[in-house]
Amino acid sequence: MILVWLIVILLVAGVLALVAGRVNTLLPRFISLAAVIIDFVIALALWRENSAQVTLSAQAEWFRQVDWAWVPQYGIHFHLAMDGLSLLMVVLTFLLGIMSVLASWKEIQEGVGFFHFNLMWILAGIVGVFLAMDLFLFYFMWELMLVPMYFLIAIWGHERRIYAAVKFFIFTQMSGLLMLIAILTLYFIHHSITGVYSYEYKDLLGTALTPHTAMLLMLGFFVAFAVKLPMFPFHTWLPDAHTEAPTAGSVILAGLLLKTGAYGMLRFVVPLFPGAAHQFAPIAMLLGVIGIIYGSVLAFGQTDLKRLVAYTSVSHLGFALVGIFAWNPIALQGVLIVMIAHGISTGALFMLVGALQERTHTREMDRLRGLWATVPVMSGIVMFFALASIGLPGLGDFIGEFLTLLGTYRVSLGVTVAATIGILISTLYALKLIQRGFHGPNTHEWSLPDLGKRELLMMVPMVLILLWIGLYPQPLFRTFEPAMRMLQQHAAPQPVMTMFPDARRLSYDQNGLPGMNRR
Amino acid sequence: MNATDLTAILPLLALTVAAVVVMVAICIHRSHQLAVWLTLAGLAAAFVSLWKAASMAPAQVTPLLIIDGYALFYMGLIIAATFVTVILCYGYLEKQQGYSEELYVLILTAALGSSVMVASNHFVSFFLGLEVLSVALYAMSAYLCNRKLPLEAGIKYLVLAAVSAAFLLFGMALIYAQLGTLQFGQIASMLIGGVAYEKTLIYPGLALMITGIGFKLAVVPFHMWTPDVYEGAPAPVTAFVATVSKGGMVALLLRYFYETGAYRLHSVFVVFSIIAIASMIAGNLLALLQNNVKRILAYSSIAHLGYILVAFLAGGNMAAEAVTFYLVAYFVTTLGAFGVVSVLSSGERDADSMEDYESLFWHRPVLAGVFTLMLLSLAGIPLTAGFVGKFFLIASGTSASLYGLIFVLVVTSVVGLFYYLRILVAMYKSPAETGKTAPATLPSLSRSGSFALAALTVLLIWVGVYPGPFLDAIQRAVSTLRIF
Repeated sequence: MILVWLIVILLVAGVLALVAGRVNTLLPRFISLAAVIIDFVIALALWRENSAQVTLSAQAEWFRQVDWAWVPQYGIHFHLAMDGLSLLMVVLTFLLGIMSVLASWKEIQEGVGFFHFNLMWILAGIVGVFLAMDLFLFYFMWELMLVPMYFLIAIWGHERRIYAAVKFFIFTQMSGLLMLIAILTLYFIHHSITGVYSYEYKDLLGTALTPHTAMLLMLGFFVAFAVKLPMFPFHTWLPDAHTEAPTAGSVILAGLLLKTGAYGMLRFVVPLFPGAAHQFAPIAMLLGVIGIIYGSVLAFGQTDLKRLVAYTSVSHLGFALVGIFAWNPIALQGVLIVMIAHGISTGALFMLVGALQERTHTREMDRLRGLWATVPVMSGIVMFFALASIGLPGLGDFIGEFLTLLGTYRVSLGVTVAATIGILISTLYALKLIQRGFHGPNTHEWSLPDLGKRELLMMVPMVLILLWIGLYPQPLFRTFEPAMRMLQQHAAPQPVMTMFPDARRLSYDQNGLPGMNRR
Repeated sequence: MNATDLTAILPLLALTVAAVVVMVAICIHRSHQLAVWLTLAGLAAAFVSLWKAASMAPAQVTPLLIIDGYALFYMGLIIAATFVTVILCYGYLEKQQGYSEELYVLILTAALGSSVMVASNHFVSFFLGLEVLSVALYAMSAYLCNRKLPLEAGIKYLVLAAVSAAFLLFGMALIYAQLGTLQFGQIASMLIGGVAYEKTLIYPGLALMITGIGFKLAVVPFHMWTPDVYEGAPAPVTAFVATVSKGGMVALLLRYFYETGAYRLHSVFVVFSIIAIASMIAGNLLALLQNNVKRILAYSSIAHLGYILVAFLAGGNMAAEAVTFYLVAYFVTTLGAFGVVSVLSSGERDADSMEDYESLFWHRPVLAGVFTLMLLSLAGIPLTAGFVGKFFLIASGTSASLYGLIFVLVVTSVVGLFYYLRILVAMYKSPAETGKTAPATLPSLSRSGSFALAALTVLLIWVGVYPGPFLDAIQRAVSTLRIF
């Protein structure tokens, strides 16, 4: 039941904010902030409650779940369930949710009520995506978050917002519909085998499929998630959407929406179609590597700060894609950390760019320059997150990328080498960002206010969290462990798939977790 | 014809009596309000009598009419949609010059015609119902006869509908000439039962009938009248044409092709596939080129009928359920969308240009919100009835492995997003950008219209979020359809 509340609180807060917005512009902000904080606290409490449980019995499949009949005629259930993976994603969602509300405090002055309505409903949709264990419900939530995001970009965005919003909407809608066809086909195949109509995740796992069908269905899911991820060559919506969106929109897009793509790959693509995913892995990893390198090269070429940060997302999520298709415990742990750390570091960078734009009214690097003397605190923090995002050891992103590469190394040396080159290029764009934006003489005679209390309140926790993940990621691994075991178990090759002799690689190490945890 | 039969057709009788009563009332005392109240009372009585009739179902009343759960469900849908149309008409006509009362007689007659269609399992009642409906629609489209567009719409509809009726009649005649029966059930036993028959007359007969049916459904290539009639007819009448008239025809289409087993003929499948694909593509692409909201909705309705045909082709109970569910969603959405157009319309012209909607959100947030929901439902976005409807359509297409058709559906419905989003974009443009400042005093919306819109919005979300009960009712209704 508590899982339902996580969503309901957001939905109700959204409606309240919409109504309150007609009275006063401050009220919606406080309502939204309160709602996200309450949810955040609930999620943390769930984490605390279950961290003890995790070590005791790794057998319990879900921490919590709710399962109601929704459309019983067609076997559709309202089934929400939470395991370690969902939990971590949900915690990240609320954390960035709080940040988005705070980031919009000054920026959004028009239609405040409706803005917060959209913000709350996007978050609700995202939480729903992370918790849904019924594929109909999953698709429902998947689509639900798009409309408010569309409005967020189209109404409160920058110059070319309509173009960006429409592009975003069409890309995601189209790929979502392909996933819908795959879901339905899987549903009918499952019915033809078992005689039961069910959209239940657990029921559909291990549905015997011919390799050909499995491959087609896998691609249906894959495309939907790849567009969100965003994987090369489906990434073209992303720079536009990120650049034009208001700060809160960018934070949510980069921090959360992209993660739903990675989450979907982890939760659905590989476990549902292990054989096909294995067969497809080389291509997926290749595309991931192209994304890593291409994203960072393009990021280097940008002059618009927001676009630069946007392209780095293409690059970083490439690691997630590579790691997922390497599908061994080390790589998966790496993917988890990449997802969380990227959410925080990129989210923070977008907020900083937003703060900068608020002050200077420009995002062009060439027009900035020499800000260090004027806004030392801000510059320092920007540098921190820029370094985090290129994977400086001791910070969260490093752990993620390191583990991903380590896991990938076992599968493919070539991919690992190519991905490492991507990291090298990322150093260039980070240096460019700092050098062009902040160093040099203050030729424009900038004199700007440094970060205020509200902004520091947002930045300091994010700095601390990145340090924490970088130095002591064990709690995250522990929470993730049972979920990962379960995913790997289900993704163990099906009997049908024995025709792929080297499918062994997909199975996991029975002795527990190798790598970081075993030490 | 005995008491049982009369009870079974009580809803039809109630509609007939209501039409006569309203007509007489107009002769005695001309009052818009009185006419509306009588009409609504008549519709309410017809709706209530559905339960009475249900106690007799299934009943074959004369060889012409079958009153089963399926017919009663569709009658309920038609009556409810008519009810909403009448409410919208009241608010709309209050702003108009000239007499308004006769429109309600026509509406009741048209509803009667459509109700007869959904209950017919005989060519004669099929044709009678169709003509009762069509003749009323000619007059309704041209009701505001001192304006140019409605007149044009009425005449265009009259000429084309008359031609299509002739096609239909000719088709029926050919089938009759070959099989010697007009009853659906008997046609079925001949087509499917292995009785040797001459295809030379059956196939042309079916082709001619599909032409007539296709015209009423406004599917490509029989769609030419749609945009003009949609644009010209008064907004509430357009809502009526889009829902009641098409809905009755879809119900008949299912019954005719499913109960005669004609949908199993390969050539019928091919023809309908081509029609469906052409409708989806042409409807969506042509809608992109429009700047008039009513015309956009007209082309989008062509596309929606194409979607419905995809599920229709899947065949079987699940397909019939999906079509019916989609139709319910489509009724609610279309009535809502044209409802918004109706309440925004002034005495001089309908609010159908894109400019009428610019910055609407900032002046009338609630109305814009309602319209947004309706458009999202047409686009098939969650939380709305349209989403669940489209889901079921795609599901039934998938269950029959009609992947080609489903793929076209998916791709074209993405094209469809463009023009729905265009209207949304216009509505949410900030006033500073469009230079439209809020008028000092907003023209007040009719209370009846607002009420109808509120009810439709609630229904839209209810069906979209919790479709179980509706699906139950639909499953029960469809289960009485004899599918060969």
